[in-house]
Formats: sequence, C-alpha cells, structure tokens
Amino acid sequence: MGIYMTILEQGLIYGILALGVYITYKILDFPDLTVDGSFPLGAALTATMITNGVNPYLTLPASFLIGAAAGVCTGLIHVKCKVRDLLSGIIMMTALWTVNLRLAGTANVPIFSKDSIFDNDFINGVMPEALSGWKKLIVIAVITVAAKLLLDLYLKTKSGFLLRAAGDNEVLVTSLAKNQGNVKILGLSIANGLVALAGCVFCQEQRVFEISSGTGAIVIGLASVIIGTSLFKNLTVMKATTAVLIGSVIYKACVAAALKFFEPQDMKLITAVLFLIILVIGMERRKKVKKHA
Amino acid sequence: MLELKGIDKYYNPGTVNEMCLFDGFNLTVKDGEFVSVVGSNGSGKTSMLNILCGSIPVEHGSIVMDGQDITNMKEYRRNRRIGRVYQNPAMGTCPSMTILENMSLADNKGKFYGLGRGVNRNRKEHYRELLARLGLGLEDKLDVLVGSLSGGQRQAMALLMSTMTDVDFLILDEHTAALDPKTAEIIMELTDQIVREKNLTAVMVTHNLRYAVEYGNRLLMMHQGKIVLDLAGEEKKAVKVDDILRQFNEISIECGN
Ligand SMILES: Nc1ncnc2c1ncn2[C@@H]1O[C@H](COP(=O)(O)OP(=O)(O)OP(=O)(O)O)[C@@H](O)[C@H]1O
Ligand SMILES: [Mg+2]
Repeated sequence: MGIYMTILEQGLIYGILALGVYITYKILDFPDLTVDGSFPLGAALTATMITNGVNPYLTLPASFLIGAAAGVCTGLIHVKCKVRDLLSGIIMMTALWTVNLRLAGTANVPIFSKDSIFDNDFINGVMPEALSGWKKLIVIAVITVAAKLLLDLYLKTKSGFLLRAAGDNEVLVTSLAKNQGNVKILGLSIANGLVALAGCVFCQEQRVFEISSGTGAIVIGLASVIIGTSLFKNLTVMKATTAVLIGSVIYKACVAAALKFFEPQDMKLITAVLFLIILVIGMERRKKVKKHA
Repeated sequence: MLELKGIDKYYNPGTVNEMCLFDGFNLTVKDGEFVSVVGSNGSGKTSMLNILCGSIPVEHGSIVMDGQDITNMKEYRRNRRIGRVYQNPAMGTCPSMTILENMSLADNKGKFYGLGRGVNRNRKEHYRELLARLGLGLEDKLDVLVGSLSGGQRQAMALLMSTMTDVDFLILDEHTAALDPKTAEIIMELTDQIVREKNLTAVMVTHNLRYAVEYGNRLLMMHQGKIVLDLAGEEKKAVKVDDILRQFNEISIECGN
C-alpha cells in the first residue's frame, strides 16, 4: 500500500513538472534544459522561505514566479542573443546552479521541524482524522489538478491560442502581426514556472532542499510527456494535459519496479535505458512548417 | 501605396556564392492597384515580396508604405496592414487547431491576445458565412482540425484568414499553385472578390498567365531581377495570353534557354 501511495505522490508532483515540459517540448517544440535548474530553484526558494517562517502556502506562487523569471531569461538568451534552443537551456541550467546555492545558502537545507503545505495548523485543522494518512496525497493532488485545470483554461484563451500557434506555425504568428519571439518567451516562462512549482512541492514533501534534486529532471519530464501522449494519442476525448499527468505516474511506477531488481547506484543507467525505450516506442516525426518556402 | 526605391539585394554577400539579385530595383504600387506578377523561375518574384513584407533584409534602398519609410520596420509590425498568402498551404493555418480556433485566431489580428476566451461564440455565425462562400463545405466542419484538411481547403482558409481583419495590402505568392484546376479557379475568383470588396491593394505572383491577364489591373513581367514589362490601364485590358507568352519566350531565348 505504502509503495503505491509513494508512486502516486511522486508521480503527481513530477506531473506538474511534466505539464511544464509539455508546454516547451510539445507545444513550442523547444527542448528546454532550463528545467534541471528551475526545479531546484523552486525548491531553494521554498526552503529559504520556510526556514524564515513564511506562510508555507506563499511558497507556491512565489516559486511559480521565480521559475517564470528563469524561463524569461532562457527565452531572452534564445530570442534576443540568437543562441540555439538547446544551448540557451544549458546556459541557464548552469547559471541556476550557483543561483540555487546562493539562494539556499548551502547544498543541503533540511526543513524537518518547520511548517509545510502538508503540515500546519490550517491543514491539520480542516483535514478529518480518518484521512490523516492520505493528507500528503490529497494536498499534492489538489495542487496538481489545480495546475492542470488552470493550464487547460489558459490554453483556451487568446494568449493560449497564440502560444499553440507559435509551436505549430511560426510564420502564422508573424502574419498575425505578433512577435513570435515574445510568444516563445511567454511559453518558456509559464513552463518553468510550473517546473519550479513542482520543485516547491517536492522540497516540502521530502522536507529537505537538495542542490542535486534537479539533475535529470528534464529526462523525467520528457519521459512522462512522451509516455502520456503516445499512450493516449488515439483517445481524443482525453486532454493531453491529463495524459501527461498519467504518463508521469506510469513513469514513476516503472522506476519503482526497476528498483526492486537493481541497486540504487544503477538508477541513472536504468533511467537512460528507460528513456531510450520510451523515445523509440514513442517515435514520431514532427513536421514543421518551414519559413519562406 | 507601396514603394521600393533603389533596392540592392545580394544573396550570400561576401562569399564565393555572392549573387546580386536586385541592383537599383524600383517599383511603385498605387492604392487600389491589383498587380499580377509573372516571370521565369529565379527571376526574383518571391524575393521582391519578401522585401516588401520585411522577411529578408536589403543591402541598400528603401521600402515606403504610404509615405512612411518602413525599411527598418520588423516584419511582424508591417503585417498589421499586410495580409499574405504563401504558395505552401501549410504556412497560412495552424494544423493542430480546429477551423473555428484558426478563424478566431485570425479574427483577433491587430488586437491584444490576452486572457479573454479564445473563441468568441457570437462570431461563429459570421465565420460560417465566410466559410460558406468557399463552397467547400467547411462551414459544417468548424470543430475539425485544420491539419486534416486538404491543401486546397487549407489554402482557402489561409486566404480568408489573411483578409479577415481590415488590412490594406494583400500579398499573394503563387497561392493557387498547389491546387487542382477547379479549386484554383474558386480561390482565384474569391481572391478577386475580396480585393474588390475590401478595396485592397494587391500584389499577386503567379505562373498562370491566364490569371495574370484576366485578373488585376496591372501586369508585371520580371526577369533576372528586373521588370521587363509593365502594363496598366487600357494596355493591360487589351493584352492577351498569347502576347504575354510570346514576350516570355523571347526573353527566354535571349538568355539561351
Ligand atoms: N535564401 C537564398 N539564398 C541564396 N539565394 C537565394 C535565396 N533565395 C533566393 N535566392 C536566389 O535568388 C533568385 C531569385 O529567387 P526567387 O525565389 O525570388 O525567385 P522567384 O522569381 O520567386 O522564382 P520561382 O518562380 O521559382 O518561385 C534565384 O536565383 C535564387 O537562387
Ligand atoms: Mg517564388
């Protein structure tokens, strides 16, 4: 029972990250490696805020905003300095390592005895005694589902339409008299905001900030997105965002299963092999509209 | 009014592949003119349109829109007043969005793309009417993804979308080239209607000499980066496909192919 609960919890937390990766990878067609830095960025800010006794619920919007700022930087590097997408992400990911260390103070910040979104007077008060074992999962599920619903809503706004168009057909965005560079920057900021939000929840769930918690985050995100979207691609009734969340849970389940048979130090190799398998199975060639054909 | 003044355009400048396409190129398109442009492959028609719209930079010269120098204006800003349809039907629409979503997207051109609802239900009937004019049955497929439409259907939508808001200029680059003869005819007819109704100033590149002769009130023939024939008014009305074809062949023989 405990193991399933953990898988669900972890899957849903990383699901928020996967929603962000869905925006960059699927909608914008931008492989964004900033994720490895913006995930712990949210965590670092959260640990600092919690240590300073700030209301834990404020860490959620704050993390989103700081992640969004990181996304804007990646976007500016890509759009204004004309650096290639992959490299822009690598530059920001590298820079964020230092930012995260500076923000948190050290590479490892425990927040065990502090209030968190899972454990404070408010939540302990409203949550019935019978559900106390489910408390963590419920809080995580509420945050994840809220993030998904807000994203769904956003993608149906005019701004969201433009974002979808930017990934599909850059020429059309220009034809609509809009700067497609700015649209990309906006997309990157929302995506990294979600990623940092995931880092925020993760940090409070683990009750510790770890500088290396972001390493490989992009792989988890990509794997979840690809599993979700390829598994459910024929189900038109299911929203892609829902599919991505389920993909994230499935991925966490696969990793947990793999760990039953292997040692923790084999983890990275397992991740790499899993990711390769997922990539090959989910292989799809994107046809992009070329400019000035 | 659109003007190109003393345009020099080089491709691959400073390399062994340097090629001078335009050397002091001039063109004035007056308000209300519907210019059809013909010319051999590589004569610079697409380049001329790209220069007008700001898709490619020029080495020298200026581009003027209604008296305002727009040489350094970004392409997306120029597009506020320009609608453009490309040869490739994929360029004018968004494949992963539905017909309704595409129409709504285009309907908002020139306005703010904020957090308002993407699709305005009140406009649905209007979109239906516009689509019905195409005679392709698209008005009953509002919720179909545009990516699943045929090239001709997408091109028809691209034409509608590029002229939905009040643009002043319409730029068309072989926009019927990828279509079957019947659909091409429908699209060409519709283009003409829209240009008249909205009183647009239009530049249309085409390889179809008949369209060039039948439509529009001015005809240009280009060759190796120069305008070799420019007919307007009565001259344009009187001209026949055979005349154009003869001119075309003469030029080709001159350069030995
Ligand atoms: N991006 C480019 N780089 C180098 N040369 C180019 C480029 N685009 C066009 N050219 C050259 O400029 C010349 C004019 O090209 P352009 O595409 O304007 O011709 P066109 O009249 O539109 O021809 P077509 O009828 O085949 O569409 C050609 O010789 C072409 O090789
Ligand atoms: Mg051309």
